[in-house]
Amino acid sequence: MKIFSKIYIALILLFLYAPIAVMVLFSFNSSGSVWVFENFSLDWYKELLFNTSMLNALKHTIIIAVLSAIISTVVGTAASVGILALRKKVTKSLVMSATNIPLMNADIVTGISLMLLFVFFGKLLGLHESLGFITVLVAHITFNLPYVILSVMPKLKQTDSSLSEAALDLGCTPLQAFFKAVLPSISSGIFSGFIMAFTLSLDDFVISYFTCGHYQTLPIVIYNMTKKTVTPDAYALSTIIFVVIFVLLILYNTVQNKSSVKEAAKI
Amino acid sequence: MNKKRFGSRLVAAPYYVWAAIFIIVPLFMMIYYTFTDVNGVFTLANIMQLGRFKKAFGLSILYALISTIITFIIAYPLAYFMTKIKISSQRLILLLVVFPMWMNFLIRTYSWITILANTGIINTFLGKLGLGPLQLINTPGAVILGMVYDFLPYMVLPIYTVLSKIDKSMLEAADDLGCNSLQKLRRVIFPLSLPGVASGITMVFVPSVSTFYITQKLGGNKTMFVGDAIEYLFNLGPDFYNVASAISLVLMVLILLCMAVMNRFSEGDEEGVII
Amino acid sequence: MLKNNIVELKNISVSFDSEKVLDNLSLEIQDKEFITLLGPSGCGKTTTLRIIAGFVEPDQGDVLFEGKKINGIPAYKRQVNTIFQRYALFPHLNVYENIAFGLRIKKLKENEISLKVKEMLELVNLTGLEKRRVDTLSGGQQQRVAIARAIANHPKVLLLDEPLAALDLKLRKDMQTELKKIQQKLGITFIFVTHDQEEALAISDKVVVMDSGKIQQVGTPQDIYNEPKNAFVADFIGESNILDGIMLDDYLAEFSGAKFKCLDKGFEKNESVDIVVRPEDVDIVEPEKGMLQGVVTSIKFLGVHYEIIVDIGGFKWMIQTTDGQNVGDKVGLFIEPDAIHVMKKSEYSGKYGDYSSYSEEIEHLSDIIEEDEN
Repeated sequence: MKIFSKIYIALILLFLYAPIAVMVLFSFNSSGSVWVFENFSLDWYKELLFNTSMLNALKHTIIIAVLSAIISTVVGTAASVGILALRKKVTKSLVMSATNIPLMNADIVTGISLMLLFVFFGKLLGLHESLGFITVLVAHITFNLPYVILSVMPKLKQTDSSLSEAALDLGCTPLQAFFKAVLPSISSGIFSGFIMAFTLSLDDFVISYFTCGHYQTLPIVIYNMTKKTVTPDAYALSTIIFVVIFVLLILYNTVQNKSSVKEAAKI
Repeated sequence: MNKKRFGSRLVAAPYYVWAAIFIIVPLFMMIYYTFTDVNGVFTLANIMQLGRFKKAFGLSILYALISTIITFIIAYPLAYFMTKIKISSQRLILLLVVFPMWMNFLIRTYSWITILANTGIINTFLGKLGLGPLQLINTPGAVILGMVYDFLPYMVLPIYTVLSKIDKSMLEAADDLGCNSLQKLRRVIFPLSLPGVASGITMVFVPSVSTFYITQKLGGNKTMFVGDAIEYLFNLGPDFYNVASAISLVLMVLILLCMAVMNRFSEGDEEGVII
Repeated sequence: MLKNNIVELKNISVSFDSEKVLDNLSLEIQDKEFITLLGPSGCGKTTTLRIIAGFVEPDQGDVLFEGKKINGIPAYKRQVNTIFQRYALFPHLNVYENIAFGLRIKKLKENEISLKVKEMLELVNLTGLEKRRVDTLSGGQQQRVAIARAIANHPKVLLLDEPLAALDLKLRKDMQTELKKIQQKLGITFIFVTHDQEEALAISDKVVVMDSGKIQQVGTPQDIYNEPKNAFVADFIGESNILDGIMLDDYLAEFSGAKFKCLDKGFEKNESVDIVVRPEDVDIVEPEKGMLQGVVTSIKFLGVHYEIIVDIGGFKWMIQTTDGQNVGDKVGLFIEPDAIHVMKKSEYSGKYGDYSSYSEEIEHLSDIIEEDEN
């Protein structure tokens, strides 16, 4: 039984990583084919440095991801505090249902509905082009917000309400109490909300596709590329991103483990 | 007390404004576009046209159902086996299962072409054995494989979360009351994991039913799915937004219905299924 | 002695969601006293404490601090500090920083803070644990940090909300003694909330017994135990046999079909009253020598004494005695006049029956339920 379960897990992991392995392998292919592997080379990594459209798209992606993650983390954390302070259960569940809409809806529906909104108001304002940087950013913040709220809110709920009362009791103003007593105890929730927002934004294709206009992010460029022929430089870039994210993830895990120790050492 | 609460309620105001404009209003925009023509005049023409997409809807639902079921069959044992190993290995494997989600899914999907194509890795290998080539790419099987592959983590995660939270004393109680392992699985573990299963099913079904990339790349664009239809109409330009909107609206209603059914299983478990 | 009220509550009423929690409650608390609010869960004792702390605003009535009205003054501006039920220590700060928290808010100089924290750590016997994370401390140690944190701020009044509820019995007893010592050393007012009557009697200068949002009785522990005002207090504090009786005349009461001399007076002639007889005040004698006769229906050995239930005309008495008896024995009961306490009839009369359904399990169960509610 033990052996069987280990083999099963291994097979699934093989299934999950086979395409990724293929991608990494062909990024080192000396020929331009993603079909036949000839020789090992770093050509496509060099090529990448000159692929301005892809590098531009990468820049766009990072700008959008950073901005949308920061904004949605701030707004979403404040929202969690406010939503939990709501007295009436009905109001609370109404707000939560609205929050859940982008989570539950298919991306394509969210994308189309936002696109319609932007186009409608773009027309009203007489804009020549209604889709672009601002609309992608708004769309990303919108779909990031529920994730931030859902990772902050449980932490906030877990936080002993007497923690902020204790701070008030010891002379903090309500605002001080929030920053000195509540915020530190929900910081892990805020952090993971931010990370989730950042990575979701980095990876989003469908919603960006409908709302980006000419402000193309990396997934859009890759999509356009796969419509024609894919050259291994796309694989090379993906491999780099893969490694970067992998390192970030490892770092995140160790930071999470060590943060408590550090906290104690800092004082 | 009241003042204090008012203060903390107020900080959510920016979010309420945001949610109203960018979550609620877009839904009404979809309804507006569905029931008007290009000039903004009321019409039912868009709804009437939906008949032409009957087949797309049918195919999408069918494929999504099949891939959801297969995903479940693969994911449940995986999640279950994961809870049986050392805690430290559990974390590692969870990380490995989730990790592909951080990879660009277009590239991951595209890589399958390299594997499945007529001149791809599998067929090259078969050729060396003197077999094949098999038609793997551009088949219904390839589309379903793509869906299962892309959305598997969404199924594993909630099921694993629920399974790992099951109180160990509950299992001991089952042993104590004379359950063998199979009975324990059927009578205790599975019923307790239903909320996770329900959210796993929705988390896989929703993107499967609405996908347009997987179907184009691995299905060879031979047939049109709902997602393809929406994308196609969107690319035709503003004149076709109204019909695209009508299809999206129907798709949303369909998803909401599916959700409503699934919610009956996962009531009271609003959080914890998302990492 | 001159009255020196530090906290005064005047006609306080509070409702939560249209449910009355405190009903026209008035209470005077003197400087430097150790006062305990005692009552079952839901009686309003914690709410009373939170009103003094400033976490709850009363719907009606005034809160006075040193004679000045402090309604509407927020918690952080009040000269009182609280020890919370689950301590509410800040998990992101170590022991030192937890204790220094209030001092930093006051913007004290670093060397003053360090001196003060050191002093506090000595007071609560935690010297050497400055750098420890609070979640690595034992329950008793966390408790001490909470005390140190609260009193570092030099409050004039310290509020303690069931601070010992989470500790085990042995530790709880030690902390009771220690709290009392700290209070005497600091010379400040402690307002203590508990549902444990034994704890209340052991620790307090003054006990306030509460039920259903009202004060039932205020007095010294001795007063409360020996002269309960009504059936609720008699039942809640210690064990008691509560019987229906008639006050025939001054110093003469009738209950259980017999007449008894007592020390109470000032009732109407033939007034219906509640009679309290504590189980330890009854002597078991030969049946023919007893003032009342009955049959032993159950016996429990508790170490110091036996607890036996005696059926007298259908009413089950609880009696604590050092002499063993057997179930079925006929016994006589002898009650001295000073063992009988007469109370006016109240809304609680008749609510507390005899010991016919008494068993250890039930009492134990009710304890658990109470803890859960808290």
